Amino acid sequence: MTTLSEDRATAAAGRRPARLRPARRGSADRPRRSVLLTVLTGLVLLYSVVPLVWLLINATKTQDDLFDSFGLWFADFSLWNNVRDTLTYDDGVFVRWLLNTLLYVVVGAGGATFLAVLGGYALARFSFPGKRAVFAVVIGAVAVPGTALAVPTFLMFSQMGLTNTPWAVIIPSLISPFGLYLMWNSAAEAIPEEMLEAARMDGAGEFRTFFQVSLPLLAPGMVTVLLFTMVATWNNYFLPLIMLRDPDWYPLTLGLNAWNSQASTAGGEAIFNLVITGSLLTILPLIVAFLFLQRYWQSGLAAGSVKA
Amino acid sequence: MSISKRAALLRATGLAAVLALGLTACGGDSGSGGSADAGSASDVESALEEGGELTVWAWEPTLEDVVTGFEAEHPNVDVDLVNAGTGNDQYTALQNAIKAGSGVPDVAQVEYYALPQFALSESFADLTSLGADSLDGTFTPGPWSSVQSGDGIYGLPMDSGPMALFYNKAVFDAHGIAVPTTWDEYIEAARALHAADPNLYIANDTGDAGFTTSMIWQAGGQPFQVDGTDVTVDLADEGSTTFAQAWNTLISEGLLAPVSSWSDEWYQGLGNDTIASLAIGAWMPANLESGVAAGAGKWAVAPLPQWKAGESASSENGGSALAVPEASEQKALAYAFLEYANVGDGVQTRIDGGAFPATTADLESQEFLDKEFPYFGGQQVNQVLAESAANVVEGWSYLPYQVYANSVFNDTAGQAYTGATDLPSGLADWQAAIVEYGDEQGFSVTG
Repeated sequence: MTTLSEDRATAAAGRRPARLRPARRGSADRPRRSVLLTVLTGLVLLYSVVPLVWLLINATKTQDDLFDSFGLWFADFSLWNNVRDTLTYDDGVFVRWLLNTLLYVVVGAGGATFLAVLGGYALARFSFPGKRAVFAVVIGAVAVPGTALAVPTFLMFSQMGLTNTPWAVIIPSLISPFGLYLMWNSAAEAIPEEMLEAARMDGAGEFRTFFQVSLPLLAPGMVTVLLFTMVATWNNYFLPLIMLRDPDWYPLTLGLNAWNSQASTAGGEAIFNLVITGSLLTILPLIVAFLFLQRYWQSGLAAGSVKA
Repeated sequence: MSISKRAALLRATGLAAVLALGLTACGGDSGSGGSADAGSASDVESALEEGGELTVWAWEPTLEDVVTGFEAEHPNVDVDLVNAGTGNDQYTALQNAIKAGSGVPDVAQVEYYALPQFALSESFADLTSLGADSLDGTFTPGPWSSVQSGDGIYGLPMDSGPMALFYNKAVFDAHGIAVPTTWDEYIEAARALHAADPNLYIANDTGDAGFTTSMIWQAGGQPFQVDGTDVTVDLADEGSTTFAQAWNTLISEGLLAPVSSWSDEWYQGLGNDTIASLAIGAWMPANLESGVAAGAGKWAVAPLPQWKAGESASSENGGSALAVPEASEQKALAYAFLEYANVGDGVQTRIDGGAFPATTADLESQEFLDKEFPYFGGQQVNQVLAESAANVVEGWSYLPYQVYANSVFNDTAGQAYTGATDLPSGLADWQAAIVEYGDEQGFSVTG
């Protein structure tokens, strides 16, 4: 992502041009707002924010306060204790899970995005026999939920001796049919055929055309794909559940569940406060990633509208 | 955790179970040899001297100290203690590993109800020749019979869960209600408590297979009879019916809190005086101390209420054994660890950590019996619990596919708790599901 610069992104053509910005301007011109719409948006906002607020508030509570105090307000503030306990519990296994998750996201989601860009570009800009068949397969693959493939994948991987290794999580994450479809669309809309012709006329090879001309134009679409493959990999639960047995390779999702189920076993130690604080720590990197990458995303959209 | 995820998990467990049974049906082509070559008692000694690395799958928290002690005593042995999941999660992983033929641990923790499934498919090694045959009388009868299947001994009991009535004494006293000694009195107490305060329930229950089987066990029922692959199921025998009718009264009168055991609401209810008692295994003190700190000084332990006044029948609820998977290549060394943890010095380590042992010597030791529990207001609760361990009704057995059976309990018998049917017919539905599945799996099931 470091090759992206604001300038290049600004030059890019967005996938969804024109409509967003003018619509916003228009509403500023009209002082009367729809009360109904405001209330509805407010409700949706509340609906999506309340769980976050709950998590934030309850991460500051001790286990006893979790049960005794009102759920949507603070009790004794022990967030720092909780964070410290979360990071050090069981010899700091949480940190290990965090690093595992990062590995799966960087290699898995990063790889998925890269492959989607390559494939999407090729499908959009080259014609070759069987393209329609590829299209049908991709669309079909979008419709198959990953969960349905997890068990067959497990059986296959166990024969290849890949289960219980990080590869078992990374390799299936590398494939994102929906990402490919998005990049395909994005490449078809964002890269003007004339530009490629110009590049070819100037003697650029296919590789140079791709990396120096097309890739910058694809930045907004790429960020979109990167964002949602990242979220998918970060939140991946079922696949690692089936593939991994060694807690040393768990991602955060499995680790938190293991902590949570400790409470439901004879002699197990209930650590609800650590589960909640751990959940908060787990979503923080995603929020940061969204805020950071949104900049590129939005500038891409805006650039599109200017061009239009 | 969403229902669909849990359902998916259960399906995965079921699938794994099918695979494991399928493996047995194929015969001895699993490559790891037959079950006869587990080794002898002298092999255990030499294995300890030679040393090596052991992988242990267990979720029991006190085992960490046991491993430390074991490694200190046998510096040549390196034990890798792995928490591969709790209960069903771990069984799924274990079945998958056994099926895949790689990554199988040398020692695995398995609850008593799940052990027959692994024993029958010979996924676990028979420990008889390694020295388990000399352990008759070492363990209390309930757990000891639970680790045996046919002529084999497929694990050593790690802990036990003789049932008792844990009750919130403060709540019972506040309402002037005596501790029930029979289930009839218990129902009366349930009515009185709920009438005095509509938020107060004598217990919670939304359908719990483990609890139900333990209660039937205490009532003298023997719904599951197993002889090799011949299985007889009768969830309408006298004991089962006694329990089902009494419990149906509690359900139909709305006297049970609609809270699932082990949920966070459950822990909350136990702490805020809205769930007043638990009929549960003897391992509960450690859970109360860590999960229900607010109940300290309020709770006490009484013998399990009886079906006939004056009796002292009891049953086991939960508890687990350590077993050695057949695929382990270090069975002798693994057995040495089992012996240390479940018969040797490890037992005291675990008692100190709050576990409830299965060894008669420890259950009868004065130090154990006299221990005062500050959480229970200084009560010597081990006296009640050890008494219960000695009075466990004999003759109980679980199904060779109890993990699956328990997983469909809520779809069948559990319907009684939502008012869709009554408990006796719910149990009949459960029986039908058990028979159908068993037949599909190649058992010959009567019922």
